[in-house]
Amino acid sequence: MENEVRTYTVTIYTENQIGLLAQISNIFTRRSLSIWSLSAGASSMEGIHNITIVTDATEKKIKEVVQQIEKRVDVVKAFFYTAEKIVYRELALYKILTEDLLKCDDIEGLLNRYHARIVEMNKTFTVIQKTGHTTETAALYDELKEYGVRQFVRSGRIAVSRAMQEPVFKFLQKREREAEKYRKQTNKQ
Amino acid sequence: MGTDNNKKAITGSEALWRSLEAEGVNTVFGYPGGQIMPVYDSFYSCGTPIRHVLVRHEQGAIHAAQGYARVKGEPGVVIVTSGPGATNVITGVVDAMTDSTPVVVITGQVANAALGTDAFQEADVTGLTGPICKWNYQIRRAEDIAWAVSRAFFIAKTGRPGPVVLDFTKDAQNGTVEFEYKKCTFIRSYVHIPKPSDQAIEKAVELIDKAQKPFVVFGQGVTISNAEPELMEFLKKGDIPAGATLLGLSALPSDFPLYMGMIGMHGNVAPNVKTNECDVLIAVGMRFDDRVTGTVSTYAKQAKVIHIDIDPSEIGKIIPVEVGIKGDAKQVLSAITSKMKESKHTEWVDSFAACQEVEQVKVITPEVAPGEGHIKMGEVVDCVSRVSGGKAIVVTDVGQNQMMGARYSRFAQKRSFISSGGLGTMGFGIPAAIGAKIAAPDRQVCLFVGDGGLQMTVQEYGTIMQEGTGVKIVLLNNNWLGNVRQWQELFFGERYSQTRMVNPDFSLIAKAYGIKTRFVENRKDLEDAVSEMLSDDSPFILEVHVEENGMVMPMVPPGKGINQIMLTDKEWFENV
Repeated sequence: MENEVRTYTVTIYTENQIGLLAQISNIFTRRSLSIWSLSAGASSMEGIHNITIVTDATEKKIKEVVQQIEKRVDVVKAFFYTAEKIVYRELALYKILTEDLLKCDDIEGLLNRYHARIVEMNKTFTVIQKTGHTTETAALYDELKEYGVRQFVRSGRIAVSRAMQEPVFKFLQKREREAEKYRKQTNKQ
Repeated sequence: MGTDNNKKAITGSEALWRSLEAEGVNTVFGYPGGQIMPVYDSFYSCGTPIRHVLVRHEQGAIHAAQGYARVKGEPGVVIVTSGPGATNVITGVVDAMTDSTPVVVITGQVANAALGTDAFQEADVTGLTGPICKWNYQIRRAEDIAWAVSRAFFIAKTGRPGPVVLDFTKDAQNGTVEFEYKKCTFIRSYVHIPKPSDQAIEKAVELIDKAQKPFVVFGQGVTISNAEPELMEFLKKGDIPAGATLLGLSALPSDFPLYMGMIGMHGNVAPNVKTNECDVLIAVGMRFDDRVTGTVSTYAKQAKVIHIDIDPSEIGKIIPVEVGIKGDAKQVLSAITSKMKESKHTEWVDSFAACQEVEQVKVITPEVAPGEGHIKMGEVVDCVSRVSGGKAIVVTDVGQNQMMGARYSRFAQKRSFISSGGLGTMGFGIPAAIGAKIAAPDRQVCLFVGDGGLQMTVQEYGTIMQEGTGVKIVLLNNNWLGNVRQWQELFFGERYSQTRMVNPDFSLIAKAYGIKTRFVENRKDLEDAVSEMLSDDSPFILEVHVEENGMVMPMVPPGKGINQIMLTDKEWFENV
């Protein structure tokens, strides 16, 4: 079980420090883990950033990697999940020449089937947007291929846990209480 | 400090010195250059009481700071210029990271506007050092200096200590700031002392109470956490024998009855063999380096392992554990000791003696008292240890000199063994000894170094000369890169590829720097020379021509289990 390679989503909460993303991706490189997707952005807490990385690893290795990530001073906390423990999506954009797309008899039906939508359409090209799992965005790509996809891009995975709040929330609350304690100590000295 | 009346505008460069003063720094090791000149100019004129030690190469600065930090238990400080100055300290930064040494490195950097443009002497220092240091930060505004320095010191010295790099741009040096300093005591993303779990401690106590053959392996974590008395109490109450890693040496006095010697590749036979016989193995402040474990798959398989470390990422990384305890060694050991019952394991403790006897007869006596033939390396170390009464701080370079220094030195005081353990950096010795001596001017500092490593940082003789640093350098000269030569003889069919050294007249080099020196090749002169060396507090280089094909034994060869031990090149240890 421990040696079975599975796909993991690693969620990392960080302070906003320059260079931290490079240091985190470097840990994956050092442990010979490929990063399948990476996305970085805000979280629901002010000042706390979220980095989401998808990789294949054994459970033993992913545990070690997450601890090595947490060891970075500006990393607040890191978690790893298998797919069933999270709700996750990617965003895909497909660019097709408008005249090619119009050859399709039932554009609306196709887009509806995939829960995709058109985000821009002009005389030259049309941009279709779809959110979903990799298999779903790939399936739409396959269908659109016959009209000639001129450009295709897929974002990194983003994910939320199935817990009721940001998984790092409790930790930060605890740290806030500890900070108070330290402040009192320092003031006494 | 801290009130508005105290605020006055000063330059960023001066703010750096004031920040260092506020952190209690009294010595820095450095080397000036273009992009750090404002800091040096400020040093000249701002009246700081800090002592600056001018080294001869930036690598010397960082190794000196490491030696200083390890002896003092406080961060060593390095100041160098940008570009090549910064890249020259990188080996030492990795070394400090591997060996958990608190060091604060300040590198000059080009002006903000020139950042990223391949300016003269520009190197991407934060990018280069990111993966190899505990924390780094580029200071681009004078206003950030106090914040960054206070954070740097807090991070470097707390938790599992390590190197921190501050990249200090010209703009920040030349800018002005209303200086106010507040020490950093808390960083929310950084839990510097994890709270040990009560449950884990209870489970550990239960295992230890039940153990018939408990054994402790301890590392530098004990020294870093000042847990020497707690370790001793713990061992005494549980009647538990203990072995030290290379960096754990001197945490227990050598004559402590339950101290069984060093573990690992060239460690003592008894603690290595007993590692694979104990029923409970308690690891304290160590990380199961492969030089400690030998083949991991056969290491202590029979034992239930309790691992105590302040760095949670070390627990279970190499050796699977029954109980992992995250926490500070001092705190955890005293908690366990207070909860566990007093035990006696007389038969188990006595069983170490048979192994020790074999090692004494087959390895130690022939090494330290050969009686005839060439002088042996171990014999020199033994003599220095004897004449100094085991009171000296022993510094080593890397290689055979290091293993001999570790094996045959005896220690009466803590923080008395300084060596590059995890990274194995040749050239570490001379500068580290300089730093150690500056940290402890009242103690003798004896360096064991080979002819190879000596020449990697021999330029630091200049620092010794300029500063008058009274280090005692014992050059074990065999005209070989001895450790590699040993491996070539044992494992590479005696093909001595590029290990023969044609050496200079080392005494002439010493004389050029005005350092007293003496050359010994006859056994009868050895003790007298060592006594002369240790008779005063001035720098001294004792060159001993030692047996050319000497080997460090015993040895757990690469790929073997920790209880598969060579006693000589022909004979293996057989368990009794």
